[in-house]
Amino acid sequence: MNSASRRHGWWLAAAVLLPALAALPFFLPFHRQDFMIFLLLDVMLVVSYRLVTLSGEWSLIHMVLMGCGGYASALLSKRADLLVWLSIPLAALLTAAVALLLSFPLLRMRGFYFLIGSYAAGEAVRLAWKYFVYPFGGPKGLKLIPPLELQLPFLEQPLSFVEPIPFYLLLLVVTCVSLLLLYRLEHSRIGLTLHMVHWQPSLAEAVGVNSWRYRTLAFACGAFFAGLAGALFVHYLGSINPNQFAIGEMLYILVWVIIGGTRTFAGPVIGVVVLSVLNEIFRQYDEWRPAIYGLILLLSMRFLPDGLESLPGRLRGLWRRRVAAAQG
Amino acid sequence: MATAAAPLLEVRGLCKRFGGLVALDRVSFQVREGEIRGLIGPNGAGKSTLFKNIAGFYRPGAGEILLAGRPISGRPPYEIAGLGVVRTFQETTLFQELSVMRNLEAGCHLHASSGLFRALLGLDRERLERQRQAAGRILDFVGLRERRAQLASELPLGSQRALALGIALLAKPRLLLLDEPFAGMNPAETAHMMELTRKVRRSGITIVLVEHNMKAVMGLCDFVTVLNFGRLLAEGTPESVRRDPAVLEAYLGSAAGGTERASC
Repeated sequence: MNSASRRHGWWLAAAVLLPALAALPFFLPFHRQDFMIFLLLDVMLVVSYRLVTLSGEWSLIHMVLMGCGGYASALLSKRADLLVWLSIPLAALLTAAVALLLSFPLLRMRGFYFLIGSYAAGEAVRLAWKYFVYPFGGPKGLKLIPPLELQLPFLEQPLSFVEPIPFYLLLLVVTCVSLLLLYRLEHSRIGLTLHMVHWQPSLAEAVGVNSWRYRTLAFACGAFFAGLAGALFVHYLGSINPNQFAIGEMLYILVWVIIGGTRTFAGPVIGVVVLSVLNEIFRQYDEWRPAIYGLILLLSMRFLPDGLESLPGRLRGLWRRRVAAAQG
Repeated sequence: MATAAAPLLEVRGLCKRFGGLVALDRVSFQVREGEIRGLIGPNGAGKSTLFKNIAGFYRPGAGEILLAGRPISGRPPYEIAGLGVVRTFQETTLFQELSVMRNLEAGCHLHASSGLFRALLGLDRERLERQRQAAGRILDFVGLRERRAQLASELPLGSQRALALGIALLAKPRLLLLDEPFAGMNPAETAHMMELTRKVRRSGITIVLVEHNMKAVMGLCDFVTVLNFGRLLAEGTPESVRRDPAVLEAYLGSAAGGTERASC
């Protein structure tokens, strides 16, 4: 098959896209730089969420797991005085550990029950942040979280990553590495096993797959990258509060993934990029924004039930039919 | 072959009830290594329940299941598969959306899976290569080489069953449980599948099959075990079972019983 040529296509796209993405913020006003940063964080969220959906489960706790990473890194750096460069990866690992713990009750359930169970568990965690003033800061959350800084020999002042451009560039690197790792995982033997667990659980078990173990693996790995996004986010913003991780935010992830499409790795990325850019374009019609957003959702569900990822294939089909009609 | 050793499969006093219904009532039998054993009986006799108990999909109520003398009952299916007991399914259970080759690769899980970090760092190449080779060998074994790039959903029934068998073989079973491998097949497909089953046995795998196609059972099996209403009714060579008055009565009687049950 032409998987080799497809891989070349990917590399080529990356070679063009990456420098462009790295250069982009230098030409953008401040608020657009901010937009790009949140877009990258959202890309990390949807792609890590995709790993969970690969095992066949839809969870409602992903946003809270992002918050876990944020709170963990904030607390480690603020209250335990840990170096931020250490607290971020540590927070991601802690988030994976939280997911692992939660998987014992949650992954006994499947389908709808898992969905609701994950929502309940997420709210329990989120409300704990809200009601425990120590250590989580209660409803107001945590403020004055130490920023990421890098002391470079040729600079007098340490390079501070609360500035949008340095943070954006760092985030771009982390996002690319995360995407690469998640892509590898999906196309490895583990990805195939997750496919088995999703589509033929009995057959998978019959040929020796411990499906619970693989669903846990997907859940915990997804949590790791969500936690990483959360940890980075909190040091950029300098504050964190429980409302940032409410169910409404979680619904956005679902919408991005569904509108983008679930068949390919690129689907959720396309979904989050297209919808976020549209949302940004319509920013000036603020009061109309929810209506426009809703309309776009309805139209794409009606006309592109397989998601935006299916658009190129459909256009190609349409073109071929045109050509055939013109010739016939 | 192992003659004096313990039988490959031994079922001892197996019971399974669902609420008030006794699906299996003290069923005991043994299967020697290298055998093809047929498991027959009227609908609702408990054949599928027995299969599910052996493969770990059900937990037995009482009794024991031993594989080469080691108890395996009560373990989950994936562990039992790891010990060498692999089952196929009544409905043709495949990854319809994947190619034939990819289906076979999926079957290699037990012998090609690798840990998270190996996969992430790309250190699993050697295992993937082994997986491809194993899948390629089975591709030839079940005769699907020409169809390797086709989607499983595009295959005719006979080829789908051969593929399902191939997936099971890639888990390297010692004991293969085939659940109605001939259901819905035409005579040509049946003959082909029978030949394939014999080939599997020749490769050293013991087979137990549940089947309603009597021609296939009689032509293929060394011994036949008959169940009726969850109990062991008869056991023996195909010829002796065919002439057993109890078996004849069960089959004719169950036809009447079947209509009774359907009418209420």
